[in-house]
Amino acid sequence: MAFANEHITAYAVEATEFPDLARKYRVTGVPKTVINDQIEILGGIPQDEFVAQALVNSQL
Amino acid sequence: MSLLSPADQEKLRESFAEMTAPVRVLFFTQTLDGEACVQTRRILDELPALSDKIAIEEVNFVLDKDKVAQYGIDRVPALALVTQDAAGAPRDTRIRFLGTPAGYEFVSLVQALMLAGGHASSLTPENRARVAAVNTPTTIQVFSTPT
Repeated sequence: MAFANEHITAYAVEATEFPDLARKYRVTGVPKTVINDQIEILGGIPQDEFVAQALVNSQL
Repeated sequence: MSLLSPADQEKLRESFAEMTAPVRVLFFTQTLDGEACVQTRRILDELPALSDKIAIEEVNFVLDKDKVAQYGIDRVPALALVTQDAAGAPRDTRIRFLGTPAGYEFVSLVQALMLAGGHASSLTPENRARVAAVNTPTTIQVFSTPT
């Protein structure tokens, strides 16, 4: 998604190495995706749902 | 001694052969950070031998403040993937990895290298259009663990 749009930056974060981030974003299971510190997606979900949920606030 | 079995090396070599564009992996590191940076270096060292399209460029997290700011890196080990546009100028993919790229993260790194290197995106045309319509700064963080 980041590769397809210059407004998007994607971070793959290794949760066990950065407990401060894991705490801040309440990572209790993986994969966990956080978008703009607001939207949280738990687990692996189908691409259509993922894109729809992730970008719900990203189009003005 | 390679971290990868000969069979895995061969599989990766075949996958990377589909790359058409060069990809530079900027590796942000500092010597004081110890084991995680050392382990990341060992993993990254495997890659250029498997593809002439992949290069590793070490960036000193403490000294190279310009690059650290340019790529928005606030902790190490961190990776930023950079490719080239049609004119040969550097193009930041805005794909980052924080932490040692081992286990599942290594799989993700391989996929990201392929994508940056010109391999077709796994996004469907419909989702690609949705993504293209994003017009505000959007940060996606995906947390995972090595196992």
